[in-house]
Amino acid sequence: MQRARIDLMQDLIVIEAGGRERHYWLDLWRYRELFRVLAWRDLAVRYKQTVIGVLWALIRPLLTMLVFTIIFGQIARLPPDGTAPYPLMVFAGILPWTFFSSGLSEASNSLINNANLISKVYFPRLIVPMATVVVAFVDFLISFFILVLLMAWYHFLPDWRILVLPIFVLLAFFASVGPALWITALNVKYRDFRYLIPFIVQFGLYVSPVGFSSNVVPEQWRLLYSLNPMVGVIDGFRWCILGGQSELYAPGLAISIVVIAFFLWFGIDRFRKMERSFADLI
Amino acid sequence: MSSHCATMSDAVIAVENLSKRYLLGHKSGEQGVYHYTALRDIIGREARNFLRKAVDVFRGRQVVQGDEVEEFWALKNVSFEVKRGEIVGIIGRNGAGKSTLLKILSRITEPTEGRVLVRGRIASLLEVGTGFHPELTGRENIFLNGAILGMTRREIRKKFDEIVAFAEVDRFLDTPVKRYSSGMYVRLAFAVAAHLEPEILVVDEVLAVGDHEFQKKCLGKMHDVASREGRTVLFVSHNLAAISELATRAVLLNKGAVEVDGDVPRAISTYLSHGTRSAIYERSAEQQRKGPHVSRVEVITSNANGIHSFGEPLEVKFCIKNADLMSRGCFSFQIVNQFQHPVLHAWAFYPQVRIATTEGDAVLVCKFPGLRLNVGQFYLKTYLTEPPGGEAYEQLDGICPFEVVRTDETILWGWHPEACSYHERWEWAIGNANKSENSGAAFGLHTRDAYKAG
Repeated sequence: MQRARIDLMQDLIVIEAGGRERHYWLDLWRYRELFRVLAWRDLAVRYKQTVIGVLWALIRPLLTMLVFTIIFGQIARLPPDGTAPYPLMVFAGILPWTFFSSGLSEASNSLINNANLISKVYFPRLIVPMATVVVAFVDFLISFFILVLLMAWYHFLPDWRILVLPIFVLLAFFASVGPALWITALNVKYRDFRYLIPFIVQFGLYVSPVGFSSNVVPEQWRLLYSLNPMVGVIDGFRWCILGGQSELYAPGLAISIVVIAFFLWFGIDRFRKMERSFADLI
Repeated sequence: MSSHCATMSDAVIAVENLSKRYLLGHKSGEQGVYHYTALRDIIGREARNFLRKAVDVFRGRQVVQGDEVEEFWALKNVSFEVKRGEIVGIIGRNGAGKSTLLKILSRITEPTEGRVLVRGRIASLLEVGTGFHPELTGRENIFLNGAILGMTRREIRKKFDEIVAFAEVDRFLDTPVKRYSSGMYVRLAFAVAAHLEPEILVVDEVLAVGDHEFQKKCLGKMHDVASREGRTVLFVSHNLAAISELATRAVLLNKGAVEVDGDVPRAISTYLSHGTRSAIYERSAEQQRKGPHVSRVEVITSNANGIHSFGEPLEVKFCIKNADLMSRGCFSFQIVNQFQHPVLHAWAFYPQVRIATTEGDAVLVCKFPGLRLNVGQFYLKTYLTEPPGGEAYEQLDGICPFEVVRTDETILWGWHPEACSYHERWEWAIGNANKSENSGAAFGLHTRDAYKAG
């Protein structure tokens, strides 16, 4: 008796003003097929009609590493972490930063880029920005391959800490998704935000410890510096990859995690509040 | 919740007091009268505008362009029910709220008031080929589009061959769809949609695409889907023939409200007969110009709401203000179809027709004894000038939209706007090529004349 009633309820869709989906997260799960297909589409389309294709995912971080090593390591003569080779340290920072920044910028424009879908079909809108982050993740995996080559080149062997890396990858993912959800929702209403993103990304590259170690930041400022969520993530990456050459500043990491968690909650909350009017505004 | 269950016992869709409001922005005093002559005024207006937008952003509200915000109710207190297995056609003029209704039913947009209860798996088709990506191949797009419409991978794989056969694109499966002809593109898009098997299907005007043969195939497929047990179809169409052929019930919307909800012929005849029998353009008093200009145009159609039946007489009335200020005066107008092609040109040129008056305004009436335009949407374009070399006073475009329908007869493939621009009378003489005596007696004669047929 009880079961029949529940089945009946699930079958019934109530469309009304302000009616939040009761089965929102369940619905998200039901639409996982669409998530998969959209992510696959973005991947398939990404390097079509390019000559060197997927090589782009290799060349960009490699060149960035070269420039940063020359500028920060050779010209400015900043110290590396411990005895780690400078290029390796820079690359361990570029990996999460590229993942974060391309995830953030692609996801921020994702709703507008899929305006046609949003005004013609129903699905939990959260799928669209999430699917675009997958593309950034695949690029991340490809550049990870360069890291392996670099480590072989420098005869640098990681220790057990490398096993913790997936946790920091997840952290980088959350760090980009949180603000991205908020910005992509705002982007639907106010197109101003589309011009803000490239600026944030460019600016962030210099205020995050990508080209240099966060050890160069004076001790009394480090806590404040860690309010930038990417500081914790990048430090974590270096700690995992450079095998003990880079030590982890625990209070800073804790602050970064709190900031990331806050933005994730805030992003999802704002997104879901604005989600209902996307089709009318886009 | 028990009340839901009671009301939903036989209805799969219950629409209850549904309303939808949109906000529209206007620019006050933009046309004709120059309110803002001083830069100071313009800056003042822009500043007020900016301030209002800033407040909107701050409160998280929608930004509306223009400096006057107006409410517009696309739907107002709409209620009706759809029972299992019904095929309901929704008709109404442009702007009657049909598309808004479908968007709410498809959960794309939210109602402002009221609610809808839907029982069963619902799929909506507001456009064919939603989400098609030009860079992807036909094969890839089938999977992409299928997933967007809510099919699982297994379902698509099972129907893949059927879809390809239906679309007739098997040779081009691995070609990016950006290289497809528009016909192939549409065929593929519809083929995917046609193989959806939801319990409730919501369709918007998708039959108005593709070539005739394919359209017929689509109609057949819709009929199949609908006639299968338990399937419910709700569709919007301008094609009255398709509505009367397919629908078991019709809902007529007018200005966001339900005007008729019942049997199809009644809804269609109400649609064709209630309301003013004209499409009007009028220049408001504050927009009047000093020089000669067209102040009012009225297309008097044979049916209500600017709908004209093929072959019926049509009258167009023009009022030319300040016609005494013209020295000679030439007037002409075009009827332009929905594809932006002029299909008819009529004129009143000096010296054969003299439209310049000695005093006051002129009224011109143009009568077509039987308008033989093909079905579709049309509008007018007017030109008011002096003879060549002289002044050009005014040109109006896109005014008085009206629609031509055919209710006098049906043909096998149905009537389609893109088939031609107009219908001529004709005669067929049919003979047998193998028989030498091609005298009149061997021919079957068929004369085609709309007046005689009617």
